[in-house]
Amino acid sequence: MSVQRGAPEKFGLGAVDGWEEGFNGLCDAAIATLKPNEHLSLELSGESSHFMRLNNSKVRQSGTVGAGYVALQLVNGDRTALMTVPFTGDRELDRTAAVEALDELRRELPQLPTDPYVVLPDNLGNSRDRHGGQLLDPDQAADALLRSDQDFDLTGIYASGAVVRATGNSAGQRHWFATETFDLDYSIIGPSERAVKGSLAGQAWDQRKFERQVERSRTQLITLESQPFKTIKPGQYRTYLAPAAVTELVFMLSWGAVSEASMRQGSSALAKLREGQSLSHHFTFVEDFTQGTVPRFNNLGEVSAPEVPIIVEGELRNTLVSTRTAKEYGIKSNAASYWEGMRSPRIASGTLAESDILQTLDCGLYLSNLHYLNWSDQPGGRITGMTRYACFWVENGEIQAPIQDLRFDDSLYNFFGPNLVALTDTAEFVPDPDTYEDRSIGGVITPGLLINDFTFTL
Amino acid sequence: MDRELSKYFDYLDLDADWVGLRLISEKLTSRSVRDGNPQTNRHFCDRGLMVEVLANGQFGYAATNRLTLESIQAAANRAYRQAIATSRWSIYQFSTDVRPKGVGTYQSPQSSQEPLSVADMVGRLKQVCDALKVSDKIIQTKASVDITDAEHYFVSTNGSDVHQQFRLAVSNFIATAQDGTITQQRTDHGYSARSHQGTLDGLADPEVFHRARRIGEQAVELLAAEECPDTCTTLVLAPDQMMLQLHESVGHPLELDRILGDERNYAGSSFVKLSDFGSLVYGSPLMNVTFDLSVSGERGSYAFDDVGIPATREFLIENGVLKRGLGSIESQQRSQVPGVANSRVSSWNRPAIDRMANINLEPGDASFDDIIGSIESGVYMEANRSWSIDDYRNKFQFGCEYGRLIEDGKLTKTVRNPNYRGISSSFWRSLMKVGNANTFQVFGTSNCGKGEPNQVIRVGHASPVCAFDNVEVFGGAG
Repeated sequence: MSVQRGAPEKFGLGAVDGWEEGFNGLCDAAIATLKPNEHLSLELSGESSHFMRLNNSKVRQSGTVGAGYVALQLVNGDRTALMTVPFTGDRELDRTAAVEALDELRRELPQLPTDPYVVLPDNLGNSRDRHGGQLLDPDQAADALLRSDQDFDLTGIYASGAVVRATGNSAGQRHWFATETFDLDYSIIGPSERAVKGSLAGQAWDQRKFERQVERSRTQLITLESQPFKTIKPGQYRTYLAPAAVTELVFMLSWGAVSEASMRQGSSALAKLREGQSLSHHFTFVEDFTQGTVPRFNNLGEVSAPEVPIIVEGELRNTLVSTRTAKEYGIKSNAASYWEGMRSPRIASGTLAESDILQTLDCGLYLSNLHYLNWSDQPGGRITGMTRYACFWVENGEIQAPIQDLRFDDSLYNFFGPNLVALTDTAEFVPDPDTYEDRSIGGVITPGLLINDFTFTL
Repeated sequence: MDRELSKYFDYLDLDADWVGLRLISEKLTSRSVRDGNPQTNRHFCDRGLMVEVLANGQFGYAATNRLTLESIQAAANRAYRQAIATSRWSIYQFSTDVRPKGVGTYQSPQSSQEPLSVADMVGRLKQVCDALKVSDKIIQTKASVDITDAEHYFVSTNGSDVHQQFRLAVSNFIATAQDGTITQQRTDHGYSARSHQGTLDGLADPEVFHRARRIGEQAVELLAAEECPDTCTTLVLAPDQMMLQLHESVGHPLELDRILGDERNYAGSSFVKLSDFGSLVYGSPLMNVTFDLSVSGERGSYAFDDVGIPATREFLIENGVLKRGLGSIESQQRSQVPGVANSRVSSWNRPAIDRMANINLEPGDASFDDIIGSIESGVYMEANRSWSIDDYRNKFQFGCEYGRLIEDGKLTKTVRNPNYRGISSSFWRSLMKVGNANTFQVFGTSNCGKGEPNQVIRVGHASPVCAFDNVEVFGGAG
């Protein structure tokens, strides 16, 4: 027997050809069924992805995923409910599923209590963005990434393909965002299990760039492997956090910190800023959509300003406010997502030249990555987590030795506050490799941070 | 669910050694009420199929939610091509030995009670919010339920036919109390810990309001409590915190795929080595940990894993000695270490990897009073609220919602922000008391994350109350 050969398989945006027309047709069909007093918002998320998992420069698992979902939020008067159903690209199947979902929501709404904060859809304009790329064919990716004479351990995930986000509503608004991206999130691991972490992401695969970057990681690993570990006692140390390490701290700010609802409901880690406390004047934190890596519209199709300053020179300027929160507290929305987390965060860069990092650090710790962060005291802004990968002890401005992993436990009111000494003069884009439920797009733009007295506990 | 899934094999023309089809459908209904107002009423319906193909000793997969013959054929071709294209680079040459025929069914425990109507359920959640608000110092109340109906249907070209139906329920109550700059939160045994198979336990029972009032009262009580002291002392953990302790410092380190290196770029590796199985003294002789899918209603239960391997109860650690890994049939072959039936998927669109299911600490013989009564000085902690552990699952720091001092064999003052830290490889050796069956409680979580691409999966953990010697405990930032 042999493999059936048909038309060439489509991948990336080619695999979602027709989705825009299909989604718009679904919106029209669903909206046409609405009865008086009914309002509808629809949100599409979908992907055509290739995932290849690597361990020790071998392929552990590899495959493709085609997935899509449409969320339908029905409002009747002051009652609302939501149902998400699969979006397959088959117009007839998808319309039928959407119409059946609406019928089920209609049966449910009368049983629900009234919702004082229900949000009606609005039409504030349409948008359409399509970012094509040049991706590896899924059947050729392994040959591009691996070499038979490879003498190092490359472990991680290569993900690529198309990602689609779109919204429509009964007020007539439509947004469409489709992009082709790849993300290689990897570790180069040495015989002693020490590792250098790296990532390469973008829209066009560049084989030479990949090879150069992996070679750089490999060179770093040789340095890491050539010295014995130094065990550092718990205590407070002057510490440099590289951009990938800072990214982990930034992700924490989306988890019960920058949200206006969390601020109002007693759980925000930034609450002290509203009570008059401030952070370092070096610290400026912005929701910044100007890079265009993620859509500016949220799940309801509301469009954020290109930039929303959250903290400017240490002072809290804005929180993220969804329309629902805005309605509840009588304030203005800034088109945040319903979960009021950062979608495109950026920390403003500072003045510390890359070449001066070690000299300025002088004596202390250089941390490339942090791992498994959590609030240890959320109202106090205290975060705990581990060091990971290439982390070093530095003396007299020179790397002395890699360190055994350390646990830190410190408050953002310290490390983004008076203990923040300097930020590097260039900010890096650190891609978000998250693939829970669907493939993430975007990432964090951040410089490295130099901090005094960062607290380590174990 | 299409019970004739194997008919598609008639239409697949592949030069493959083996083909499997895994059809998964799921409907999740989430309802939540905050401060008496509806917050969420949503349904998430999902359905799709993964084709898994073994060719040249390598598996390839392709997943689609377009369940037409043409689409399934296309997925099979893509999966086949992935297997062929990557077989030159395969980490291990697999054979059909890792996909033996499995046939059977499973169904979550059923209830004879009539399910609550939508109006009654939301009404109950509103009443729970009212019960949580025991004082003006309660600034937020929240009550929610998640109910999931899922079907996993797996067939293969060598005759596997496994159909499993799951009904899963989670309830969650939260009271947030505030007094000046102090904020404290108390939940129903930790966020989403009341998480089981079967119907929602007790939402229709009047006892639920007593429980909610107690949660509210304890949130207020914590406002006036002293900070947990910073000291090294005897630590007693309630089953709702033992759940997290087991999960992070026993479950994850014993996953064979971590030890084999698959997770090193993401979740991490393990302090446990393959050579440790059969000999490593993991904990004190009081420590007996099982992979047990037979506890009725425990969240991770099933009869077969997602590649059709029948699940059996196994001791992972017996009298403190490490016996067996949490490794699937593929990991067992790669490592030559005994494992369990734990090839699991989070969705139709993710490949199976080694996961926990139900990981339980078996009861000992000490009553709760015996444990507390035997301790001159210590801290008792309930309900997880913070967790962090290193990538070898060794250095951990966990925080709880609620603590009490133990003084001269008695529970005395309440303390807030109780935290503790330790190192897995030595922590379990300090296990000095294990509670009896009367202290044994079953919890679960829906939020175990792992894998590349990422997968979040539901697991169950059951444990008695336990006491540990000489643990570093501490309070909050103040």
